[in-house]
Amino acid sequence: MGPNPKMRKEFFDSTRSSPFPDEVLERVLSLLKSHKDRSAVSLVCKDWYNAESWSRAHVFIGNCYSVSPEIVARRFPRVKSVTLKGKPRFSDFNLVPENWGADVHPWLVVFAAKYPFLEELRLKRMAVSDESLEFLAINFPNFKVLSLLSCDGFSTDGLAAIATHCKNLTQLDIQENGIDDKSGSWLSCFPENFTSLEVLNFANLNTDVNFDALERLVSRCKSLKVLKASKSISLEHLQRLLVCAPQLIELGTGSLMPELTACQYAQLENAFNQLKNLSTLSGLWEASAPYLPLLYPACTNLTFLNLSYAFLQSHELESLLCQCPHLRRLWVLDTVGDKGLEAVGSNCPLLEELRVFPADPFDEEVIHGVTEAGLLAVSYGCRRLHYVLYFCRQMTNAAVATIVQNCPDFTHFRLCIMNPGQPDYLTNKPMDEAFGAVVRTCTKLQRLSVSGLLTDLTFEYIGQYAKNLETLSVAFAGSSDRGMQCMLEGCPKLRKLEIRDCPFGNAALLSGLEKYESMRSLWMSACNVTMNGCRLLAREMPRLNVEVMKDDGSDDSQADKVYVYRSVVGPRRDAPPCVLTLSEVDEASRCDGSPTNQNPSRYELPSWPHAPCRTGLRWAGFSSLRNLFVVNAWEHCVS
Amino acid sequence: MSSIPKEHDYIGLSEAPSMEKISDKLSSSSSTLSTEENINSKSSSTSLNLKETELRLGLPGSQSPERKLTLPAAGVSLFGKDIDTNSTNGYPLGPLKNLVSGVKRGFSDAIVGSSGKWVFSGSNGSDVDLGKGAILFSPRGDNGNSQKSCVAGPAKKDDVAQSPKPVQEKNSQVAAANENSSAPAAKAQVVGWPPIRSFRKNTMASSLVKNNEDVEGKSGYGCLYVKVSMDGAPYLRKVDLKTYNNYLDLSSALEKMFSCFTIGQCGSHGLRGQDGLTESRLKDILHGSEYVLTYEDKDGDWMLVGDVPWDMFTDSCRRLRIMKGSEAIGLAPRAMEKCKNRN
Repeated sequence: MGPNPKMRKEFFDSTRSSPFPDEVLERVLSLLKSHKDRSAVSLVCKDWYNAESWSRAHVFIGNCYSVSPEIVARRFPRVKSVTLKGKPRFSDFNLVPENWGADVHPWLVVFAAKYPFLEELRLKRMAVSDESLEFLAINFPNFKVLSLLSCDGFSTDGLAAIATHCKNLTQLDIQENGIDDKSGSWLSCFPENFTSLEVLNFANLNTDVNFDALERLVSRCKSLKVLKASKSISLEHLQRLLVCAPQLIELGTGSLMPELTACQYAQLENAFNQLKNLSTLSGLWEASAPYLPLLYPACTNLTFLNLSYAFLQSHELESLLCQCPHLRRLWVLDTVGDKGLEAVGSNCPLLEELRVFPADPFDEEVIHGVTEAGLLAVSYGCRRLHYVLYFCRQMTNAAVATIVQNCPDFTHFRLCIMNPGQPDYLTNKPMDEAFGAVVRTCTKLQRLSVSGLLTDLTFEYIGQYAKNLETLSVAFAGSSDRGMQCMLEGCPKLRKLEIRDCPFGNAALLSGLEKYESMRSLWMSACNVTMNGCRLLAREMPRLNVEVMKDDGSDDSQADKVYVYRSVVGPRRDAPPCVLTLSEVDEASRCDGSPTNQNPSRYELPSWPHAPCRTGLRWAGFSSLRNLFVVNAWEHCVS
Repeated sequence: MSSIPKEHDYIGLSEAPSMEKISDKLSSSSSTLSTEENINSKSSSTSLNLKETELRLGLPGSQSPERKLTLPAAGVSLFGKDIDTNSTNGYPLGPLKNLVSGVKRGFSDAIVGSSGKWVFSGSNGSDVDLGKGAILFSPRGDNGNSQKSCVAGPAKKDDVAQSPKPVQEKNSQVAAANENSSAPAAKAQVVGWPPIRSFRKNTMASSLVKNNEDVEGKSGYGCLYVKVSMDGAPYLRKVDLKTYNNYLDLSSALEKMFSCFTIGQCGSHGLRGQDGLTESRLKDILHGSEYVLTYEDKDGDWMLVGDVPWDMFTDSCRRLRIMKGSEAIGLAPRAMEKCKNRN
């Protein structure tokens, strides 16, 4: 207890009203930015819950099916910014059918009614249509920030609608989406009097934009800080853009390939010379050696260099790195080889994040790429490294142990040995000890992706040591159910578990019964789980949504892909035919094993395609407790 | 070892107990089991195989079937072999109908006399790496069989299972390179592996096409890829000659890749500082080593690597082949002549 226990006790006595007027409380709470902090704060007492709800301006929804837009709007009346994530992460790798769901439109409809002054929308892995984009553009007059990452379902027509109608747009960030790139005319839709743009990222797109329109746009938007151009922008174009926007902080070049005359080269050199504030450089499509020196003058203050689309050799990388003494984040292709990574180790003492992507992941004939030697070299030189994503073709236990010894502060360790199930190539042993070393040494580890030949021992280690682990990705690993059990029993902070092609079956799945409600989601594909196992899970845990997708031609009893997630709104009603949503009621009423997507009559049919909160089933008669449950469940759902 | 193929229920509640045995075996397996040892350990394990096989088969799908790892313990064998050699554990053929034929054996199986130092090793009880992701699943005991048949002679490689997916054809080169005239180890891709987003995949793919216009080694964008094949190896490799500065670099890289040939001798003794091989060096090398490195030049002739200056070599080299020393004898005369003419 504190210095004055009596006073503290009175202060927190719930029968007393808060000593602060609500406005003050709200003002204090509005300074809290982290949604985790806010969730914790809202659980203190009813007053704080209300104050927090009223002061929350940004809501983060990690799984769009965990809650409904109506519930969100009811609880947070004054939201200006929404981040919404949809499909399971493995949809990035084509493991999820296209029509799976995560349609943003129902959300927009509710927001238009409840949050007409919405300013920011950030979507990840959502299905977005052109109609939705147009709806967004027309219904939200204050709309400022649109970010679409890994979404699909829209075309450049949708972007045209945004450009045309969003008079106050400050950010348009289109990244790595499945976009139907019809034409570049969308860019010309920005009105001539439109000047508010600060961030423009259209690197995703390939079709030519009207360059004059782009040039005019860049010239008149004096606050433009981030410009990431597409491949269609040539060096010559780039030079003209840079002249208009020397204030850029982040630049994504276009293609670095076309020929320049000497005069043009000089002009471009000059333009890069003016970019004194550049902290991020990316793009560099088809970067070719003669033009790399152009970038040097702009590199002095670089903290993030994204070369992941540039086929560079080791010496080219080294020359570039010499110019970037303050580099903290580096993304490269494995064309630079181990030698290039040695250069990283030598030249980037402040490096915190390294991502090495494979240039040619599907052609195993290509010998070059990186090995354990490269990452080892980096770890000797870059002691502050805490984030690594590394695609390689060979690795050893000893190397990994040394790497984490050199860099014990890893928070994100994502190692992809590209050949599934490959052992330590020197000893031929499994890679268990490598990941054992990682979890033992890196106590702050939050995210881990494992690969290589792994037995249950790896998961024993993970369960035993990875106390801060939140996200775990497992593929082609493990020997038995015990492996998965260790993960579920051991990692107290586990939120996202994704598993593919592992020998984990029903026993493993069901060992996590107590765990899944404290997690955002579980994905299991190509494992040994059956429909019966999934039905059992659905029956035992009514607050979880259990969804199964079957592959064509597979056995009826197999559950090829299983996606389990907690939700306060019950099974979703917009699932396509290929997704079976299992629920406890469905299971109870069914006897022949055939799946059904019909909601049983026990639920009221809602106007919006989610069943209402089912807590009533379990908490009947305890209305205040039920409310508390809803609150708790909600907190989990939005974290 | 019964010769009746057994059907295994690979779907269903998995049973844990047998797994521990396997993982035990795995963790205690040493790195370089000789072929003989392997066979012994495998035959002892076959009696346990009845329980051990929780089939981890990639379930056939409409897309490329997702593959599963074999259970650690006993490596891999080819379907073709299983059928032929009456293995203990048959595997249900039905569900495998869509199996892609990206089947691999342990690489060391293919290399007679290999020490097992291959990157993709399979002969030691650990799971075999099967190249880019075609994972082979197989019931245990087969490894014994596969080892035997390997030692015995022309290994019957996988020539099974029709793949619905187009598979990279390496037939011609591999067939030419292999002494065992086996069917090529065609590789198939596992869906969603390695985990790279589509945007990046598509972008890389189109850039690569630009970079490697001509597979036979024309210079693309700062790259000079040539294929390297080795007699007895089921896979080819591709190297970018531009990443090496001299024969020594090339030979050490290739040595790392294919751990048992002896171009290293060439590099370390004969060529440093010299323009080419002398007649006597050549003879020494050919008689001393098991494998030699040869290349096909612009004219289509097969030459011994090392007899021309490096730059000339990178210009004219179209393909590399590591062949048995005995076979390379025939090349010597031509090389000798060139040497004589020069010296």
